[in-house]
Amino acid sequence: MKQTLTEKIISNHAGRKVKAGDIVFADVDRAFVQDGTGPLTVKVIKEMGKGLNRPERKYFFLDHASPSSKSELSDAHKVLRDFTSSTGAVLSDVGKGICHQIVAEQYALPGELIVGADSHTCTAGGIGAFASGFGSTDIAFAMATGKLWLKVPPSIKVTLTGKLPERVSAKDLILTLIGRISASGATYRALEFTGEGVENLSVESRLTVCNMVIEAGAKNGVMPADDRVSEYIERERGCKVDFERLRADEEAEYESEITIDLDNLEPVAAAPHSVDNIKKLDDLEKENIKVDQVFIGTCTGGRIEDLEAAARILEGKKINPSVRFAVCPASEKVFMDALEKGLIRIFTESGGFIVTPGCGPCVGIQGGVMGKGEVCLSTANRNFKGRMGCPESDIYLASPQAAAASALEGKIVSPLNAG
Amino acid sequence: MKKQLKGKVHKFGNNISTDLICPGKYFHLRSDIKKLAGHTLEDADPEFIKKVQPGDFVVAGENFGCGSSREHAPLIIKESGVGAVLAGSFARIFFRNAVNIGLPVMELDTSGMESGDELLIDAESGKVKNLSKNTELTATPLTGVMKDILEAGGLKEYVRKGL
Repeated sequence: MKQTLTEKIISNHAGRKVKAGDIVFADVDRAFVQDGTGPLTVKVIKEMGKGLNRPERKYFFLDHASPSSKSELSDAHKVLRDFTSSTGAVLSDVGKGICHQIVAEQYALPGELIVGADSHTCTAGGIGAFASGFGSTDIAFAMATGKLWLKVPPSIKVTLTGKLPERVSAKDLILTLIGRISASGATYRALEFTGEGVENLSVESRLTVCNMVIEAGAKNGVMPADDRVSEYIERERGCKVDFERLRADEEAEYESEITIDLDNLEPVAAAPHSVDNIKKLDDLEKENIKVDQVFIGTCTGGRIEDLEAAARILEGKKINPSVRFAVCPASEKVFMDALEKGLIRIFTESGGFIVTPGCGPCVGIQGGVMGKGEVCLSTANRNFKGRMGCPESDIYLASPQAAAASALEGKIVSPLNAG
Repeated sequence: MKKQLKGKVHKFGNNISTDLICPGKYFHLRSDIKKLAGHTLEDADPEFIKKVQPGDFVVAGENFGCGSSREHAPLIIKESGVGAVLAGSFARIFFRNAVNIGLPVMELDTSGMESGDELLIDAESGKVKNLSKNTELTATPLTGVMKDILEAGGLKEYVRKGL
């Protein structure tokens, strides 16, 4: 039986060779929650009458309300701090960063099976893991038993060729793909990326792409791990790791196939209020859309390469005075790297401000909540109505390069024409 | 889970996200499901919570529950008294969460249903009668472990029963 990469990883965790459609109870390597989903997981674990299986591989991230802006949220944080200290699970406290960024930086390994109570858990597919998001109760089950039931997904093969042009980013790649297959085009499916185009993507870019496969409904997105992944792990964690170079079989069965030539990609944006409402930035520029806020951050747009790309456009320039410009490094590590590279100074001198590492503005909790009739250009992954705290505001999603160029102009522009 | 469900339709469109069902601005209310339920589907229809009666149905088009994994979305729909959610299709995480917490979710063609229609649902057979329009449809049945979990009354009960 020839297998896809997703089938191979799940097989290694199910104790038998599986194919799409099989239902298995798979061994879970790592499981995590965040402060929005975690308190419910803790409650369910207690009600199940169970403890934690291998607590040192269970993670509790305080990232959504980072730092807490309301006393109810501080109470929720206390629940998680108390639970981790009594069980020996890993606590990642306020200010350390977004769960998906830290899982990629510090923990995930190629070939692992990782589950999290957050829909963007699929991010770690960029490291070469099977990673998927679930609700609080499923994660309670995984944390208590070390297993979770899964239906093995059929895979869609996405072959990438070529290389991203200057000022075109991984965000343009994934937005273009979602625009092509729609917001439900991969529901219940795995998106398996392959080809020389993957090898040409940095690990940061791979994480950005895999992060957003959920916006097409996918269960997971996965890219084969290579030398770039081992270099990334060594750089971020300061140690070398060995891992098996799992690859899909050549004659594996795919439900459908898509090819994207990176050389021909153009800067695009997702216009309100759905992630598959994709427009060319060249066309949007003609519409003269004024922006009130530009936001660079999140688990899909706040990594060091995102901040570097934006800073290259902003260096020595001032943003339009009508724009609020928020920059939120995805983790403490990204923040420290940005400090060392002088990026924080560039953002601040250009007129921007720095938000504590975490999810804040993207989920409308704090750090950049929108007001009525306002427009935000964001490097985040969702532009749903109300996402940033106000259902009467508009969110456009685009690359960090587009965000920087638009902050300078005070309106939505293509990074190829401005900055 | 009740075998026979009867109630009125509250119709919604396609791509109803968990942000529309359970807005992020009420993040701080997540530890108080009763209070949070007062905002159910608020950003999709601010009047919904005033109109909904116990046993009514949320009926939608494609990709219901897309977006965030927040289990609070199905939890507050259930808490608001809704008997079942019917949609053309569901986002994966929402569907799983609903089954895990014991909220009936049924996948079928909802294009002929309108707000105010009265439905009679037989949960076991999946038959959905539209009493207002005099039509009948059958939902895609649950199978395997999902059926076992829903029959146990949710994942917590499934674990407690040692299944």
